[in-house]
Amino acid sequence: MIKRLLVALDNRLNAASFTRRTLTKVFPDHWSFMLGEIALYAFLMLVLTGVFLTFFFDASQATTTYNGTYQPLNGVEVSQAFRSVLDISFDVRAGLVMRQAHHWAALIFVAAIIVHLCRIFFTGAFRKPRDINWVVGVTLLLLAIFNGFTGYSLPDDLLSGIGLRVLYSIALSIPLVGTWLAYLVFGGEFPAEGIISRLYSIHIMIIPLTIGAILTIHLALVWHQKHAQFKGPGRTESNVVGSRLWPTYAVKSVGLFFMVAAVIMALGGLFQINPVWFFGPFDPAQVTSPAQPDWYMGWMEGALRLFPPWEIGAFDHVIVPAPFFPAVLLPGITFAFLYAWPFLEAWLTGDHDAHNLLDRPRDRPIRTSLGVATLGFYIMLLVAGSNDLIAKWLLVNVGAVTNVLRVLLFVVPVFAGLLTFSLLRGLVASGARRLTDMPASAVWQSWKRDN
Amino acid sequence: MNQNRATHLISGAFVVSAVASVSLAVVYAVGGTAWLEGTLLGIALAGIGVGLILWAKEYLPIGEEVQQRDSLEPEPSEEEEAEDALEEGIHAIGRRSLLVKLGAMAAGALGVAALFPIRSLGGRPGTELITTPWYDGVRVVDEDGQPIAADRVEVGQVLTVFPEGAVGSGDAVALVIGLPDGVNQPLPGREDWSVGGLVSYSKLCTHVGCPVGLYEPTSQQLFCPCHQSVFDVPAGANPVGGPAARPLPQLPIDVDDAGYLIATGGFSGAPGAGFWWRPDDD
Repeated sequence: MIKRLLVALDNRLNAASFTRRTLTKVFPDHWSFMLGEIALYAFLMLVLTGVFLTFFFDASQATTTYNGTYQPLNGVEVSQAFRSVLDISFDVRAGLVMRQAHHWAALIFVAAIIVHLCRIFFTGAFRKPRDINWVVGVTLLLLAIFNGFTGYSLPDDLLSGIGLRVLYSIALSIPLVGTWLAYLVFGGEFPAEGIISRLYSIHIMIIPLTIGAILTIHLALVWHQKHAQFKGPGRTESNVVGSRLWPTYAVKSVGLFFMVAAVIMALGGLFQINPVWFFGPFDPAQVTSPAQPDWYMGWMEGALRLFPPWEIGAFDHVIVPAPFFPAVLLPGITFAFLYAWPFLEAWLTGDHDAHNLLDRPRDRPIRTSLGVATLGFYIMLLVAGSNDLIAKWLLVNVGAVTNVLRVLLFVVPVFAGLLTFSLLRGLVASGARRLTDMPASAVWQSWKRDN
Repeated sequence: MNQNRATHLISGAFVVSAVASVSLAVVYAVGGTAWLEGTLLGIALAGIGVGLILWAKEYLPIGEEVQQRDSLEPEPSEEEEAEDALEEGIHAIGRRSLLVKLGAMAAGALGVAALFPIRSLGGRPGTELITTPWYDGVRVVDEDGQPIAADRVEVGQVLTVFPEGAVGSGDAVALVIGLPDGVNQPLPGREDWSVGGLVSYSKLCTHVGCPVGLYEPTSQQLFCPCHQSVFDVPAGANPVGGPAARPLPQLPIDVDDAGYLIATGGFSGAPGAGFWWRPDDD
């Protein structure tokens, strides 16, 4: 049957050569090359569960009296958006599983992208000719984070409403253009009518279509440039050693899709996430405590909490409000560096050659140490996003926690970077295959030598 | 792995998946339970996933193929031909230089015109960022719109308030706080902004506008639960901790003839987060 179809197509499209090249295409084998695929499949699950949710979600902020299955909120004035999310959660059959799976899939989507980005970084896969695809990938990360934020703001609940107020204030904080930008996004002074329906268009149409288009480019470039591979016997800069797309990778990859889908759906059914009925509907005068955003916003949240109360004022005006530095400048610098890294490294090392063989992290101790230090910085910011919870657990003053974290924000990356550098040098010197095979004495010696 | 064992495992995974799917249909038909649906969906999907991955690992060829990479850099001759093709076209178009300029002008003008609808997304930011519905003489009301007798807020208590007729307003929300006698240290010029032990401040944090929801009566401090800014209420709600850089704007209050709280003016400054043309009020 399939054969007949192929012949029929070939008679019309001369597709035989294309089909052969596609089916016999070789991909190198390594578990870490699957990380990007996890992101891809999480995106697919987001689309599938998201389409289901669009049939029930109502993006209107018109008020209505809730009268549904969830008793504690019966008789409460809520927006249609909030009401429809409660209906999805309590009255639509399989609605709660779909809604929670959608949220879990978003968390996994961004996580998979970031872990994939780390793999690309630490193995040097971003070097020419793949520097162009790194730029495409960083754009996908940006879009994924942005769509996550617009998504969890849709239920019009108290927690996400505060998130929107924070976003509005961050936009407002930009000198010269801030007030215009905030008004263009929100339609007027917060809380302006209609922001939910704007976010809805952005969340289900503009950004997903853009992600789809850019994802296609991302994959097409991987396809065209052929996947990079680790060094090994018989592997050179000019060949690819691995398994064929058909049948090995087709079966493996579809299997991986089912595994990703299984984890997402099981999480959606078993682990509660974003229980908006506990937070209640949005009310500009109220606030939930504690208030943490989704994890991928946590580093920005932490930066907002740690940054000291510094403002630049002049001519009896505020000019640059405090949130501008942690919430506009820091993310701006972060993504500028991410975009620029392949070109920056080529410029710093003078290596402008094309590379198809990957580095092991230990082969580039400086790059790896810089990467670990940078991760340490952002992980500390993420931790700082929960400084109130830490203070509660430790039964200490939150101001003290903030001050300690302000110091650790710089100490941890430096220490982590130096430790990584020593470990890698020790690893190379001892000739051990893995970090865990390395004798402890070798670790200590290389630490002493380097510091 | 023993080939027989692998076949058994893969078959088992597929069968378990099918059983889970059938159970899922039954669970759905009888009314649905979230945790059961999630578990069964997980098993149904994982069964197929495990089966396929084991299948690939055990029975499909792995790691034996070698393929040559095509060069990603063009041959010099090809590059030249491509350049020639491009330049030929540019030359053909460029011969009518006036038309090129006029065409570019028309396209540019259309581009500018197309930008204008963006303006519909938001109005011009104006004084509404600084002003609020508070004015001299307006009654202070609670979240239900009820006027507030001066003795309703006791020492150590806080009450969320609005100007009468603007309950729920996003920028007018304020707090009335009962301070113990003699604790308040009014700022110069604000000696008559409090009444009895009552003072009133904007409820919006000057950092990024979160409602300053937590009051600690023993230290008379307001805490913002979002980013942990701390405001010292008796000292003009001055920030003493966290990322906020400016004090909460104060609302002057008094009592009218009927014994209810009124405002005697607007806030001392723009409430909420800062922006570049926000006047300094302190």
